[in-house]
Amino acid sequence: MTLRDGALVLADGSVFEGELIGAEAAITTGEVVFNTVLSGYQEVITDPSYAGQIITFTTPHIGNYGVNAADFESRGIFCRGIVVREMARRHSNQRAEGSLDAMLQQHGVPGVAGIDTRRLTRILRETGAMPGAFGSASVADLRAAADAEPGTDGVDLVRQVTIDQGYTVAALDPDSRTRIVAIDYGMKRNIAVNLSRYGTVEVVPATTSAADILARRADGIFLSNGPGDPAMASYGVETIQGLLGNVAIFGICLGHQLLGRAIGAGTVKLPFGHHGGNHPVRNISSGKVEITSQNHNFAVDPDSMSGKATMTHVNLNDGVCEGLRVDGELAFSVQHHPEANPGPHDSHYLFEEFAQMMKHSSTAGAPRGSR
Amino acid sequence: MPKRTDIHSILIIGSGPIVIGQACEFDYSGTQACRVLREEGYRVILANSNPATIMTDPDFADATYVEPLTWEVVSAIIDREQPDAVLPTLGGQTGLNIAMELFERNLIGVPGKPEMIGANAEAIATAEDREIFKQAMLGIGLDCLRSGTAHTMEEARVVVDEIGLPAVIRPAYILGGRGTGIAFTAEEFEKIASNGLTASPISEILIEESVYGWKEYELEVMRDHADNCVIICGIENVDPMGVHTGDSITVAPIQTLTDVEYQEMRNSALACIRRVGVETGGSNVQFAVEPSTGRQVVIEMNPRVSRSSALASKATGFPIAKIAARLAVGYTLDEIPNDITKATPASFEPVIDYVVTKIPRWAFEKLPGTSGVLGTQMQSVGEVMAIGRTFPESLQKALRSLEQGRLGLGCDPAEQQLAGLSDDELLAQAAIPTADRIQQVGTLLHRGVSIDAVYEATSIDPWFLDQMSMISEERAVLLAATLDTMTTRGWRRAKRLGFSDAQLAHLWSVAEDDVRAARESAGVLPTYKTVDTCSAEFAAETPYHYSTYEDESEVRPSDARKVVILGSGPNRIGQGIEFDYCCVHASFALRDAGFETIMVNCNPETVSTDYDTSSRLYFEPLTKEDVLNVIAVERPEAVIVSLGGQTPLKLAGLIPPELVAGTSPDSIDAAEDRERWNTICDELRIPQPPGGTAIDIEQALAITDDIGFPVLVRPSYVLGGRAMQIVHDRNHLARAMEELAGFGSLGKEGGLSAERPVLIDRFLADATEVDVDAIRDHTGEVLIGGVMEHVEEAGVHSGDSACALPPPTLPSWVVEVIESYTIAIAKYLDVRGLINVQYAVVGTTVYVIEANPRASRTVPFVAKATGVSLAKVATRVMLGATLAELRTEGVLREPVGGHVAVKEAVMPFNRFPEVDPALGPEMRSTGEVMGIAATFGRAFYKAELAAGNPLPTTGTVFLSLADPDKPAGLVVARRCRALGLGIAATEGTAAYLAAFDSPVDQVVAKVQEIGDDGEPGVTAVDLIADGKISFVVNTPRGALGRSDGEQIRKAASLHRVSCVTTVHAALAAVQGLSEHEGEVLTVRTLQEYHSVMDTVVDAQTGSAAS
Repeated sequence: MTLRDGALVLADGSVFEGELIGAEAAITTGEVVFNTVLSGYQEVITDPSYAGQIITFTTPHIGNYGVNAADFESRGIFCRGIVVREMARRHSNQRAEGSLDAMLQQHGVPGVAGIDTRRLTRILRETGAMPGAFGSASVADLRAAADAEPGTDGVDLVRQVTIDQGYTVAALDPDSRTRIVAIDYGMKRNIAVNLSRYGTVEVVPATTSAADILARRADGIFLSNGPGDPAMASYGVETIQGLLGNVAIFGICLGHQLLGRAIGAGTVKLPFGHHGGNHPVRNISSGKVEITSQNHNFAVDPDSMSGKATMTHVNLNDGVCEGLRVDGELAFSVQHHPEANPGPHDSHYLFEEFAQMMKHSSTAGAPRGSR
Repeated sequence: MPKRTDIHSILIIGSGPIVIGQACEFDYSGTQACRVLREEGYRVILANSNPATIMTDPDFADATYVEPLTWEVVSAIIDREQPDAVLPTLGGQTGLNIAMELFERNLIGVPGKPEMIGANAEAIATAEDREIFKQAMLGIGLDCLRSGTAHTMEEARVVVDEIGLPAVIRPAYILGGRGTGIAFTAEEFEKIASNGLTASPISEILIEESVYGWKEYELEVMRDHADNCVIICGIENVDPMGVHTGDSITVAPIQTLTDVEYQEMRNSALACIRRVGVETGGSNVQFAVEPSTGRQVVIEMNPRVSRSSALASKATGFPIAKIAARLAVGYTLDEIPNDITKATPASFEPVIDYVVTKIPRWAFEKLPGTSGVLGTQMQSVGEVMAIGRTFPESLQKALRSLEQGRLGLGCDPAEQQLAGLSDDELLAQAAIPTADRIQQVGTLLHRGVSIDAVYEATSIDPWFLDQMSMISEERAVLLAATLDTMTTRGWRRAKRLGFSDAQLAHLWSVAEDDVRAARESAGVLPTYKTVDTCSAEFAAETPYHYSTYEDESEVRPSDARKVVILGSGPNRIGQGIEFDYCCVHASFALRDAGFETIMVNCNPETVSTDYDTSSRLYFEPLTKEDVLNVIAVERPEAVIVSLGGQTPLKLAGLIPPELVAGTSPDSIDAAEDRERWNTICDELRIPQPPGGTAIDIEQALAITDDIGFPVLVRPSYVLGGRAMQIVHDRNHLARAMEELAGFGSLGKEGGLSAERPVLIDRFLADATEVDVDAIRDHTGEVLIGGVMEHVEEAGVHSGDSACALPPPTLPSWVVEVIESYTIAIAKYLDVRGLINVQYAVVGTTVYVIEANPRASRTVPFVAKATGVSLAKVATRVMLGATLAELRTEGVLREPVGGHVAVKEAVMPFNRFPEVDPALGPEMRSTGEVMGIAATFGRAFYKAELAAGNPLPTTGTVFLSLADPDKPAGLVVARRCRALGLGIAATEGTAAYLAAFDSPVDQVVAKVQEIGDDGEPGVTAVDLIADGKISFVVNTPRGALGRSDGEQIRKAASLHRVSCVTTVHAALAAVQGLSEHEGEVLTVRTLQEYHSVMDTVVDAQTGSAAS
């Protein structure tokens, strides 16, 4: 790695000096966010939910254990860039197949290192995600670029990250007859892996209509995670409205927010979102606390759910709604990431609950709608 | 679920004296627990024999028993207090073991008896028994080390075929791990296994898969009774498996595991704590990871708070012990607020945005005969922790925190030591884990030896090695620069890699002050970040900071009146928890008096580095640069340098003198500088032993020509009798001078120079040594805190000697002379605060040995014995209060008497079987205990019991005495006989006793002697090994003929037979035995002792104006 000087400038005028890493670019713009995970940088960088964003890692040393094919969470990298304090020159781990820096270059993703990421995080914590720009350009040019960057508000990011064509993930158990349709709003790979433990997973693009989906006669529908504001994906809401009442439904993250909107609940933008692998969430019915992986800026407003759905999970840090169950329907969703990658596995049981729900849905007999 | 209301009183078992493997981290955890449980409204009963702890301050519990920690004594406390519950998980292994002994006797944890909270007996047994633990782990699908036992070579071959090579072979029932070896080839295996079978008395060997060189990790887990589990901190060892984690350099957070691997480890740790069944509280789970495959193996689990949990607490800001105590009384994690954010609950997993490095500190230089090779048994006596934004920065900060003359990773004068070694020699040395390995690795990388070669030799992960090589690469860049050519960016880059100003000064051969000035004028100043458990995700006002070189500083100093307290750095022999006690008391006293207190320290084990102790905590090295930086940002009105031992005292002359609180740096120097001190004693007409100072052998010989032998030789400006020895002749003197010069172990602590000469004094044989702690205020009033008479004679280091308060044998007129001398010296030095003076009494002459105008090791002992909080009083006096004002305020109370307190030292010899346990002028004890009772004999009995050296009530006493000790030995023998004990003795001693009509039961041969029949005679070593001796009295015979006695003393230490090595201690022991009341000891709380106001105020503790 040769050192290339560079700077990061936020829309509020804050300037950070550092060195450029990854792919070369004079100016990279995006919405600057932070993530506090201690391990799992590769999974974060390859998570499509970061589309349009520049990810700041609060953990100072990044790249230590390299990267490998197995830890990709999607087919590529959708974030615009990364900000780190220290990029490893040499990685060390038996799973490593290459360096993070090389991976960034290969995918054309620039980054900036040497940054006082704590100062940056303290700013973002107060203001929320903010447009910013980094690169080898002058500070004035970077400032202008940061000002011009629209951020992710009002942008339909889902269309940018969803797949063009559907595909199928075989069930882990070749004898399984269960079939799940997963709507890809920017789905992490490990979700499909988890779902495939319970059946064949047919992954479909975000814009697939309810009729198309129902025609597949699946045992359950999965609503994936994805980037941005749920209000921008109104087609997703319409599809879900068409699915509700017909089949077992499970949503994660953006899928949870879309389910909420589909039943008429509202979504709100959080002051600075949840981005980390250490958030405590209480399962309201069991009372138990799970440590969860989180990455979202919007949340379902629990007050707007009454009479339509019941809150099942709550974030113990700030009381944000972390899960809901639609009243009278076989449909539930969570805001956090039970598939982990990165993060704790405490919430894995939710996939099992979905599997149970699919059984109910099957045994309850077909004619819940078109089945 | 809220806290339990069905229990009202809780007994906490402390960890006792500081020993290797169990240090002040348990004072930190115990103090937190006491505080929290009292806040919750429980009556807290504490048992702990260690007077130097904060937790045994009477303010911290409702009933504080400073009593020996044996199950019998704790049982007596339970009988007296009838607690509802016992909390055994906060007192280290000691607390756990006592709880198990009580449980096995149905005294706790069974219906009708106090409940065990935290961990129950079954959980403790599951975690502690190697085989039960292994089966439990295998049962839940976790991988463990493959192993098997064998009784024949055939069996052994079957086992090794199954587990593969390399394999570790451990013979069963062999003390000290002798015969243990690693076999890499079949031939080696044959040899080691057959030797092991022969060596084992039951012909049994354990064959275990070798994990030598594997990566090592620890996870700190917490669980509540609702089964919520969280990981507080993951720790990665830089030193791979094969070195005890307490002796390893460790780093948090984990650096070289992918999330997939980390989550697997996390799942295993959670499964482990659930299976073991720790109901509430913290546990530590250790893992080994095979670097080439990633295979994870559970090594062990501690079902209690530990050294690692203290480190994890300091590393993350999450107070494990405090939360564990709350969980033990019924709260769940989500009901407890996170201390730091206040807004979020404790049921989360801390994340950190910095790197923490812990480095142990060893004391091999004080333990001649030890190999210095690190292994699976812990040998370090203390540790430092440093926080930096990156590993190189925190590593360099930690290395300079150690105070062993190193300024960082090399780039300092001491690196010369390795200059004569070739790369191959250095690689060979680095392949063996020792205290010096990290610097050897630094030098190898600096020389350009490849990371792969260093990895091959050391198994230190290449990521760590590459990070370290960034330091040496930057050094090359810096070498090409000068003070004048350094740019702001260059400075920043160097400081971000942790380079100290002193390293740069060395590199450029300029003064450190010039480096500082140039750096500051380039605008490169430290920034202070906050430890907040959440990587800045939430706002936190934690008063816990570290320095780094970044854009933004988060410290906003206030305009309040502020005092900086400099702590005592890493624990070491001679400077330990006593000084932390004093610093913590200073902080409490000043907070009570309305000051903001700012603590600077780098020892993660301590109460002083609890962010709750002071208004602000700076976790920083105690060097000139780092301390001046804190002073610059805080702008205090005073800095306290005299309570943390030698570490801060050395800094006194390096900070602005007007800031030094209390006694002036000039007075401190007057007491330390031999010439000036001689003048003072002459003027005051206080006798000193004749002597002088020397910087070379010629000067030394001139002194001994004048005063004769034996002499006491000691360096100036060191604590703990470092390199102090009694010298009997000219040859010995030459050796002693040589050792003190150059790059010997002492060279690291400052070396020998005209400014730091060697002191040579006439050795006063058979003198009684006396210690005095006193406080003088600015009006001239002097408070004599305590006059302590040592049990062992002068010549045994005061830190290793037992002592009693009040003095049991000194005539009252001698005490009065001592007090008068003390007052005169304090006045002459214009002391403001504490002074400790040591005397030697020979006949009717009172010699002054030395005076130190600072806190001494005995301050907490005196406070526990008399009820007077000397450290608090002294702190206020340093800041200008008078003793009279403090009496009015109630800070200074009248001392209490009517009882005797005995302090006894606790020695580390059972860890080092190769070291002669005879006491001498070099201090080697790691900790202390206190016995308190109505009479000296009873207090001494308790102190010995507490120190793990119980006095025998049955069995045979073995006597082997030097000639001058024989008359007193006669008395010892007679008293033992009268108490019904048998007597065995060496031939000379037996003959002497027989001459005075005191025949012995058995005469033993010399260790090397062959009997008349040509067979070796029965020796004392044989008798000790066979368990036939219950007490050994063996006094060394001067400089010669030590070998026989040495073997006897080593045998006693190895087989844990009580042993004393001075005749004075033997006399005290028989007095203790004759006053001993029988099986059940009388236990009493400190609160009861301290409330005895009707006793006559002792003459010696009265105050006098001068």
